[in-house]
Amino acid sequence: MSSLNQKITQEIQSIAASMLESGQVAAFLGYTTGTIPGVMQPFVARNAQDAKRLCWNSFCVLNLANYLPSLLKSLEPPRRRGEPPPEGPLPKVGVLATGCWSRNIAVQIQENQVERQRVVIVGISSRGMISRRKLETAVGYKEIVHIEEQDNSLLVKGNDFEDTINRWDVVRDNCQTCIHPDPVIYDELIGTLNGNRKIPDRFRQVEKIETLSTDERWQWFNNEIASCIRCYACRNACPLCYCPTCFVDDSRPQWVGKSIEPADTALFHILRAYHCAGRCTDCGSCESVCPMGIRMRLFTKKLQKDVLELYDFEPGLDLDTPLPLSTYKIDDPEDFILTHIKKGDKK
Amino acid sequence: MKPFVVEKAQAGQWLKDLCDTFDIFAPLPSIKGYHDWQRWDGSNLPVVRKGVPKSSIKAFFFPQPEVLFQFNARASNPDAFRLKEPTCHPKPKILFGVRPCDARSVILNSIPYKSDPYFQRKKEEIAIIGFLCEEGCSTCFCKWTGGSPVGKEGMDIAVIDLGQVFHIEVLSDKGEALVRPQFFREPADQEISEAKDLITKAQGQTLEQDAASSLRSKELMKLYNAPFWGKISEPCINCGTCTFLCPTCYCFDIQDETLRGKGRRIRYWDSCMFPLFTQHASGHNPRGDKLKRVRNRFMHKLKYFPDRFGPLSCVGCGRCVRECPVNIDIRQVLKDLLAT
Repeated sequence: MSSLNQKITQEIQSIAASMLESGQVAAFLGYTTGTIPGVMQPFVARNAQDAKRLCWNSFCVLNLANYLPSLLKSLEPPRRRGEPPPEGPLPKVGVLATGCWSRNIAVQIQENQVERQRVVIVGISSRGMISRRKLETAVGYKEIVHIEEQDNSLLVKGNDFEDTINRWDVVRDNCQTCIHPDPVIYDELIGTLNGNRKIPDRFRQVEKIETLSTDERWQWFNNEIASCIRCYACRNACPLCYCPTCFVDDSRPQWVGKSIEPADTALFHILRAYHCAGRCTDCGSCESVCPMGIRMRLFTKKLQKDVLELYDFEPGLDLDTPLPLSTYKIDDPEDFILTHIKKGDKK
Repeated sequence: MKPFVVEKAQAGQWLKDLCDTFDIFAPLPSIKGYHDWQRWDGSNLPVVRKGVPKSSIKAFFFPQPEVLFQFNARASNPDAFRLKEPTCHPKPKILFGVRPCDARSVILNSIPYKSDPYFQRKKEEIAIIGFLCEEGCSTCFCKWTGGSPVGKEGMDIAVIDLGQVFHIEVLSDKGEALVRPQFFREPADQEISEAKDLITKAQGQTLEQDAASSLRSKELMKLYNAPFWGKISEPCINCGTCTFLCPTCYCFDIQDETLRGKGRRIRYWDSCMFPLFTQHASGHNPRGDKLKRVRNRFMHKLKYFPDRFGPLSCVGCGRCVRECPVNIDIRQVLKDLLAT
């Protein structure tokens, strides 16, 4: 383990242990090591003993905010539907949060899925998480049996090879173009803040696709999702997806066909992306968990760019600015409505 | 039947010859980089790499979706709602480069599907050219589930890769129909002994034993109520990665689709990880939380199926271990169950 990760791991363990011991939180949400190299397991510590299993490295790719609403709910005393919550404070959860995770917690707070006073956010400035797919590509899809992370490199071992890989080369696309690696809201901080990063071309992947013609873009989109198996890992790994019944699961009416017919798969991906517009923080969870290597993050990245251009807004940077797509004002401009422009109507 | 050998230089010709009668599928590099089942275009001989490709071969046996029948859905049509067989009659298929675990999955799946005409027809139409495993991956555990890295169950032809040549053993009538003597020759003594050595070596690699009988002898409710299910299921995000990549997850749902008067009934993959899987019309869901769903998946594979049919409903291919985004490892579950 790299010295940086070692230090962070120790701090996480001691903060979590003291929070759990003092009763400040009932559960602490973090990561523990997995059984295969390059995959970490989200982990809920419930006592000081558990806290010793917490661990930190560059493979913590799934956004922990994803677990928050259900974990908080599970800690409430059981009650019937419609019954008010009991009086007095409800049990709290400690949670690790990098830049994007903390922004997703902020969105969850704004959308009334998480109560601010029930979470103790332990912030960590992110150095960028590693893409397992990039790593697999870097070693030519040979089986990796061991990974040793150094501060700036990875020692990757297989049964018949050994490779040293520059860490930044295999960091996820979203992390490479992230300008907010620091946690936005936090109660405790591990390590130091590193400040916003300046990346002038952070939308380059999207801009490249935007230069294509409509037909070429449609072709690109269909190629990208062709291998989709409709496992919904992307949806389920997303901290924005908390609907009790997702539109794909509705049967009255049924919005989307159930098999992997291209039209159904396309509809799923388009709708999923649009539901994230103005809320997505580009945490990359969806892309990281996709077993088939689909880069669905690019769909939401395009919407992130649109929202930034149209509303000058990036989600989750504070708790006070309302989310643009769930806010209505009588004098909202309408010039973004595309039919307007298409018809050639000039105002 | 006596074994053959085919020179690798000739193997491409052999397969090309078969292309006239069959559609050949093999694990080929996809546009995403990894190897996955794709139609072979008849150019270079497919390279069968160590381990299993991304997806299992179940999509060939359980098409996504399977059209069960078609109908006209306009009441005014004289043929309205008369069921018609789906029209397409595909060429028979060859799956080239199937590993022993995947080949065995067809045998296991055909136990519950023994009276299913759709599955059985696929089984008749698909020939499997299997490749025995000289070496497994770190996520492989076939011996634990009653298989073997050099098992031939479910194969029509078993191939051992000897470097320069393929050692070929024909195992069924379907396999015999794939023999093209002009490309084959009798193996030299050295080739026979090499093949034997390779099998002995592969068998000796793992010491794990079939867990089926130990699990069958355990009391069901004790496993069901075991304390570890909460811990195992806690990180689960309820996606269908494990079930959809699994060669022996065969659960389905059925739906009628109609569009502009044309209707069809389809059978498509369902996953016990999805809440909808057990949702009742009343709104009640007997497996409403993820603990119950995760428990069901493992109990079905490792207890209910063996109790009813004998073997585990798992072939140890390790795809779920490899691809689970939160590292829920079925080998750990097996250990936990065996220790209960």
